[in-house]
Amino acid sequence: MPAPRIRSYVKPKKGTIKRLIKSLWKNFKFELILSLVTLILSIAVNLCGSIFASLITEVLTKAIPAKNANPDVSILKDLFEVNLFSFIPFKTNLTILTISLAAIYGVGVICSWTWNRTMAIVTQKYLNLFRIKMFSHMQKLPIKYFDTHQNGAIMSLYTNDIDTIRQFVSQSLPNMFACGLTVIGCVVVMLSLSVWMTLVVLFGTVAMFFNTKIIGGRASKFFVKQQVSVGKVEGSIEESITGLKVIKVFTHEEESLKDFEVLNNEWCENATIANIHGNIMAPINGNIGNFVYVFVAILGCILYITPNAVNLSITGGIQTIDAAAFYSKLLVPFLMLSRMFSQNINNFSQQVTFVVMGTAGASRCFDIIDEPVEADNGYVTLVNIKKHPDGTFEETNERTRDYAWKHPHKADGTVTYTELKGDIVIDNIDFSYDGKKTVLKGVSVYAHPGQQIALVGATGAGKTTITNLINRFYDIADGKIRYDGININKIKKDDLRHSLGVILQDVNLFTGTVMDNIRYGRLDATDEEVYEAAKIANAYDFIMRLPQGFNTMLSGNGDNLSQGQRQLISIARAAVADAPVMILDEATSSIDTRTERLVQKGMDQLMKGRTTFVIAHRLSTIQNADYILVLDKGQIIERGNHESLIEQKGYYYQLYTGAFELE
Amino acid sequence: MFKTMLKVLKSVREYKIYAIITPLFMIGEAAVECVLPFVMSQFVDRIEGVKSIEPLVPFFIIIIAMTIVSIVCGILGGRFASYASCGFAKNLRQDLYKKVESFSFENIDHFHASSLVTRMTTDVNNAQMSFAMAIRIVIRAPLMLIFSAVMAFVTGGHMAWIFVTAIPIIGLIFFFVAHFAMGIFKRVFKRYDALNESVQENVAGMRVVKSFVREEYEDNKFSTTSSSLSKEFIKAEKIVALMTPTMNTTIHVVYLITMYLAALLIFQTSKYVFDAEKDKWFFDWGTLSVSKMSALLTYGIQILMSIMMISMIVTMLILSLESIRRIGEVLDEEPTIKNPEQPLEEVENGSVVFDNVSFKYKKEAERYAVSNLNFSIKSGEFIGIIGSTGSGKSTLVNLISRLYDTTEGRVLVSGHNVKEYDLKALRDSVAVVLQKNFLFSGTIRSNMQWGNKEATDEEIIRAIEIAQIPDVLKHYPEGLDHVVEQGGANFSGGQKQRLCIARAILKQPKILILDDSTSAVDTKTDKLIRRALKNDLPKMTKIVIAQRISSIEEADQIIVLDNGEINAIGKHDELLKNNEIYREVYQSQTQKGGN
Repeated sequence: MPAPRIRSYVKPKKGTIKRLIKSLWKNFKFELILSLVTLILSIAVNLCGSIFASLITEVLTKAIPAKNANPDVSILKDLFEVNLFSFIPFKTNLTILTISLAAIYGVGVICSWTWNRTMAIVTQKYLNLFRIKMFSHMQKLPIKYFDTHQNGAIMSLYTNDIDTIRQFVSQSLPNMFACGLTVIGCVVVMLSLSVWMTLVVLFGTVAMFFNTKIIGGRASKFFVKQQVSVGKVEGSIEESITGLKVIKVFTHEEESLKDFEVLNNEWCENATIANIHGNIMAPINGNIGNFVYVFVAILGCILYITPNAVNLSITGGIQTIDAAAFYSKLLVPFLMLSRMFSQNINNFSQQVTFVVMGTAGASRCFDIIDEPVEADNGYVTLVNIKKHPDGTFEETNERTRDYAWKHPHKADGTVTYTELKGDIVIDNIDFSYDGKKTVLKGVSVYAHPGQQIALVGATGAGKTTITNLINRFYDIADGKIRYDGININKIKKDDLRHSLGVILQDVNLFTGTVMDNIRYGRLDATDEEVYEAAKIANAYDFIMRLPQGFNTMLSGNGDNLSQGQRQLISIARAAVADAPVMILDEATSSIDTRTERLVQKGMDQLMKGRTTFVIAHRLSTIQNADYILVLDKGQIIERGNHESLIEQKGYYYQLYTGAFELE
Repeated sequence: MFKTMLKVLKSVREYKIYAIITPLFMIGEAAVECVLPFVMSQFVDRIEGVKSIEPLVPFFIIIIAMTIVSIVCGILGGRFASYASCGFAKNLRQDLYKKVESFSFENIDHFHASSLVTRMTTDVNNAQMSFAMAIRIVIRAPLMLIFSAVMAFVTGGHMAWIFVTAIPIIGLIFFFVAHFAMGIFKRVFKRYDALNESVQENVAGMRVVKSFVREEYEDNKFSTTSSSLSKEFIKAEKIVALMTPTMNTTIHVVYLITMYLAALLIFQTSKYVFDAEKDKWFFDWGTLSVSKMSALLTYGIQILMSIMMISMIVTMLILSLESIRRIGEVLDEEPTIKNPEQPLEEVENGSVVFDNVSFKYKKEAERYAVSNLNFSIKSGEFIGIIGSTGSGKSTLVNLISRLYDTTEGRVLVSGHNVKEYDLKALRDSVAVVLQKNFLFSGTIRSNMQWGNKEATDEEIIRAIEIAQIPDVLKHYPEGLDHVVEQGGANFSGGQKQRLCIARAILKQPKILILDDSTSAVDTKTDKLIRRALKNDLPKMTKIVIAQRISSIEEADQIIVLDNGEINAIGKHDELLKNNEIYREVYQSQTQKGGN
């Protein structure tokens, strides 16, 4: 099998962000519009708020000296056109201003709460959808995908990469949007105040842009390098912890520490550089903002001082500057705006790293979603049948343990049924996993109904590959494998696999009770059927000795059971599935020979009357097979039953007598 | 907890200086951040009515100077913070690594491999993050708080008390929200683990899933887990989403109250005063001017912001406490097996004596894994050990190289208790090929050099020949430089086992222990290995655990273990005659007269 791909940095595909936003939009139109509107509102309200606040100070600045100079109430009335039924209109007026400001703030708070909350909920819902979609798609991927991708790399999609998307959607997206909007708003207002001064601000923006591009770009580059280093360090940690006992046995602690230090130091270097760049981007941008402030102020002052200076604005066109109005209406608000402007640009630029990382993460997640699914053009399905005494049968929904292949013919719309007998013919197949190295060459197998076919051969001889082709983990050309006379490529994969009971060498159990794990074989099995299956596998006794019997929780990968016990459970699981054809791939390799003998009885019962493919290392377990195929380097070199093969005195004989190597 | 934190912090070591100066530079940055708005508002006030730019020039200079200070401090602070935090993480990880390597098997069993990996990766990352934040903000935020508070009192007098009263309110709100959210987040993280576990199982068991056509079932299972995670997350997020608006509301309320009261105050205290000297009326703002009010409000907001910042750090630190605790646990763990004070440096021969040895894995365990073991092995003997799964075979041999210490009784190697030897010396003389054998990523040569660092190519090849795997070298053009993938994934089970045997032989040990190390090797090769070991290394004691009778039938002594006790010791023929278990095993393997 091809070597698994090590997780490394791959440049994210173009259009990833667009795709992400599109799919967000597709699922959450209403929420996004709501967030958008409230976001815009809250920005507008914020701006309004600061304008109002400055209005109040302005009112105070002018009204109070005026009031003190002339305590006549009517003048106050003139000053503030708002007229209320109050004895002290100014105070009332200020109250109104304050209350209005409170109302504005209130709206602002509600708006910002709404969009924060909505975006948070949208993010979680979206991630949930995304995860489920990714997982569901992953279930449909061919085995080849899992052969060529490390489990760790796949896992990391569900943890690290999804998390970068979360960061992007819930934080960066709205923040960048808000900052962008504020910036645009500021520019518009600034232009309406003074084009000259706006130019100074924009000049500063260019500086910030270059800073972000250079420093931010370098930061991103090193963040990526750091990610790669992290992968190496974590890989090394994982390897030495897994092999820790070997390290101890070989007293190899010092050397292994040295190796680790090299990687750890490399990580430290990259991480430091990445962090330095990340850390200094904000202060530099922030201080460029301060410079901008100073230059705007200088220009403003020059305009203010110079007699008959001309101002240009998009609202007022060219106007001669009136000093008093210029100060309060133009210079002060402009300086405020310029600060707001640079702060927002700075905030915006701080999101750059997150965007880079989010894009990379999303790109990897989309990659798996784009991975083509296991092809299945099968249309022949597996159905239960009720047999009549006269040999005919009919389709039924009951579980009869008799099956037939239902074969619809497109041409004339008819349906034919073929009884499932378990006749499997493999006809002269060649196979290669990667298109280069031939794994099987000219292999033919004829399994007649009820026969036990044993596959013997060294590791890598192609035994497991044959079974992988029967259950279509890998596909080969049409007509090469026929099941009850039907080309297996025409059988729906699910139905094909339903008809095959598989016990694999590597036992994989799932978190859940023992009962759940056995029932995995057939979800509608009753408790009694599960007990029965456990008895067949000789697992019943040890399960009953577990603290909670069949309700004992198995954690993780069944850590609390021995390898042998796990294998017994996996046999019980296959027993409960009760499939008409069995594939046993080294099913008893982890069981000691004494226990194996006990299991063998159950296995014999399991195989009785069923076509069975057995792969075994211990020749003692396959002596009863009807047919033994000896494989070497992908070719069948001998075939026959035990006695005939012994008589042949060939490879098998030598294996059996221990004169030859089987590995 | 505080102790643990200090202990973890010790890993800063040579980066201490950076950890100390970072906050200093942060002070510079923070000071500018605090003072600058004040200077700017002063400046704006002065612009009004100026006739030339000269009186303003000092302001420009001050602002630019401050900006430069801020930039320099910011850059240096950011740089030193990176040195400090990355260095800290590096050292911490290294300390953990070192510590873990000093662990005995008992310690390793206690922690579980996966949990150790998490502690050295995720938990260290968390610690690093809070450390980085702490050194950057820990001084900055309180400094800003103090500065703003002082300035607020200077400019606003009694008015500043409003902010002081707001401080506990903000703090309280923050803590309530954080408290509620954290409870939920803890649940969320548990669900997250469950989710990861289910993905992990699914990916690992994909062949099972597909064989049983359980894709849809798995889908549903995952959807349920994922959706319940999402629901919990949303609950937490809803609470967190409340945080900013409540904070903002508080700030706004404080702001408005201050402004309103300030306006009242100005209104009441300001008046026109006649200046007799200049013969002119002028306006006296009284206790508070409008520009002072603006400054007051700015400081007020800064006070509240710094409170928020402080609350945030506290929360982050609390969140990372769990990681720090888990790291501390590893650092605090004492290796249960240590070198004796005056160790014996050399193991003279390969004799082994078990003197009434019993052992259990945990003190509180009721059942002994092995009990009452008594036997002796002469140097150079070939010993076979047989017994069913769980009968204590591996446990027995692990006691010889002191991978575990006996609970009762003693194990003697070359006439001395194993506890008297230098661990390295003992283990260099007792080579164990573990049942769970493991090759490390690198090359064949680098793996072989584990046995002996200075091994020449000839020596390696000889070991490989003894282990009966020269074909490996023939197959690969790179020979000894052929790449070994992580866990030896690119070799078959039998190849791996034999490479591990070769690696052990290279140590030239006095005692070689093969713990079911030829299970994936065929009987013929198995025999050849035994023969080679016998002929080429006759002085070496060989202890072989096997499932196959054929692997041990030629042994000088065969120990039959059953339920942790010695059922019988003897030669093949004797046992076949007298021992029921042995006979049964033998028969199970020779059904119909094979082997």
